[in-house]
Amino acid sequence: MSKVLTEEDYRVQVKDRPFSALYARNARAVIARGLRATKSSNWLIMVSGFFEPVLYLISMGVGLGALVGTVVGPGGEEISYAAYIAPALLAVSAMNGAVYDSTWNVFFKMNFAKLYQGMLYTSLGPLDVAIGEIFLALLRGALYATGFTAVMGLMGLITTPWALLMVPASVLIAFGFASFGMGITSYMKTFQQMDWINFVMLPMFLFSATFYPLSVYPQGIQWFIQALPLWHGVELLRQLSVGIFTPATAIHVTYYLVMILVGMVLTTTRLRKLFLK
Amino acid sequence: MPNQTNTNYVISADQLTKHYGDFAAVNGISFDVPAGESFGLLGPNGAGKSTTMKMIGGVSQRTSGKLTIMGLDPEQHGPEVRAHLGVVPQQDNLDEELRVRDNLLVYGRYFGLPMSYLKPKADELLEFAQLTDKAKAKVDSLSGGMKRRLTIARSLINEPKILLLDEPTTGLDPQARHILWDRLFRLKESGVTLILTTHYMDEAEQLCDRLVVVDKGQIMAEGSPSTLIREHSTREVLELRFGSERNATVAADLAGIGERLEPLPDRVLIYTHDGESALEQVTARGLHPITSLVRRSSLEDVFLRLTGRSLID
Repeated sequence: MSKVLTEEDYRVQVKDRPFSALYARNARAVIARGLRATKSSNWLIMVSGFFEPVLYLISMGVGLGALVGTVVGPGGEEISYAAYIAPALLAVSAMNGAVYDSTWNVFFKMNFAKLYQGMLYTSLGPLDVAIGEIFLALLRGALYATGFTAVMGLMGLITTPWALLMVPASVLIAFGFASFGMGITSYMKTFQQMDWINFVMLPMFLFSATFYPLSVYPQGIQWFIQALPLWHGVELLRQLSVGIFTPATAIHVTYYLVMILVGMVLTTTRLRKLFLK
Repeated sequence: MPNQTNTNYVISADQLTKHYGDFAAVNGISFDVPAGESFGLLGPNGAGKSTTMKMIGGVSQRTSGKLTIMGLDPEQHGPEVRAHLGVVPQQDNLDEELRVRDNLLVYGRYFGLPMSYLKPKADELLEFAQLTDKAKAKVDSLSGGMKRRLTIARSLINEPKILLLDEPTTGLDPQARHILWDRLFRLKESGVTLILTTHYMDEAEQLCDRLVVVDKGQIMAEGSPSTLIREHSTREVLELRFGSERNATVAADLAGIGERLEPLPDRVLIYTHDGESALEQVTARGLHPITSLVRRSSLEDVFLRLTGRSLID
């Protein structure tokens, strides 16, 4: 600070590129911050997130599975009940993690920790923050999915190397939910409104053919469930877990690609509402 | 170059307005700040000072009016403008999940600055904020004053040309305030433009070359501290106390002394050019106050005159 500023120092060079008001191409700084914060304070919370689907798998798959026995898998072959619900639980876990990170977590950091307020007073734009946070959510999702797939392997629920594709597919599912979640959070003003998110998520978790096949429902309800994103995630992972590919596989993947696209457009257009008030 | 106008002024606001629903937080204020000036926004709570600061930082969108920072619209060129801005918000928003020194390093990364620059810079700023021995401490273990100093250190990580300080010393003890004033004065000497909001009049008198008094989203007065005192108050003020019962009734008997008379519940103020002779006139009328005090008029008198004495919430 020894140098004294002159008029000349107050001239700024500007580059006009698309989104320059929203994006400074520095999402990596947000990612680095997230990793450092995880290292120094909240790694225990992160580890706990890994156990949730594992506990479900043990309780429902092993416990309830003893009563159920074997069921018909995606390819028509008999598989254990645990092997049937494990990919579904992985899809649910990808959804829950992504939704939590992009809604509650964003809402809290925005309105209470004032973290984004600090970030947005720097060269960062709101899009840097959004991309950084979504990337962190997906990284976390990928770690959980890897861990869960390993547990499935240890429990003897994996019979084909194709099952490893469940990891990237989980990230795809998480990306779909995260990109939408952040856009939806921009409409939320209070904690009470945030509770509505859980009100939507819980029934979706219970009824998206997670624990039993879709065929138990009357036709009308089947169509409704098939329109919801989680069902596509459950079916996609269930197919991958036994290495069966049908035209439906492509439909499930496309569903998520469209969801990501629409979600990112929604989030980007709502960024000013979300971050700049 | 696009939108390069008003290069003489570092900050230029023209009829700047911000509505929250039906409420006009900032209602058409205009001001210009040349490079290197220390400019103050004074006003009671809710006057629109912080909202103005947020619009300068480009984190709040204006409803109407024009605003340029270094010739650029902060809404169109937010990242470029903020690269040269340092911000001390009203409430500390330190990253509680990071340690003290990491707060500085990570914040510097948000500006895209390299670690080779940031590491020595962070140590220099910790020294500046007298937090060197707290470098590895957790943020929530710091006292209020330490947090404030860290927030100020953080705002300097990018060597800003414009420093926005929103009530920087609120909640600090006198020692910390004086240290901070000294640091800010040194920054000012190095050519940094300071934009300061405060409701401490002594702070405004110490630090501001020029200030505006803002109330209900509008500018009530503008000028240097001494000009404002000259224009909106008298040279001296005579404070008389007759006891809380008598102050109001005595006021009628004091009519005609000084330029202006203000009866308050606890005392009567007489605004005058010569306090001593006013006091002689009071005693000549056979009135004997319990205590009397002649003092110089201050910015506080101007402030209270312009923004009223009733509480604003």
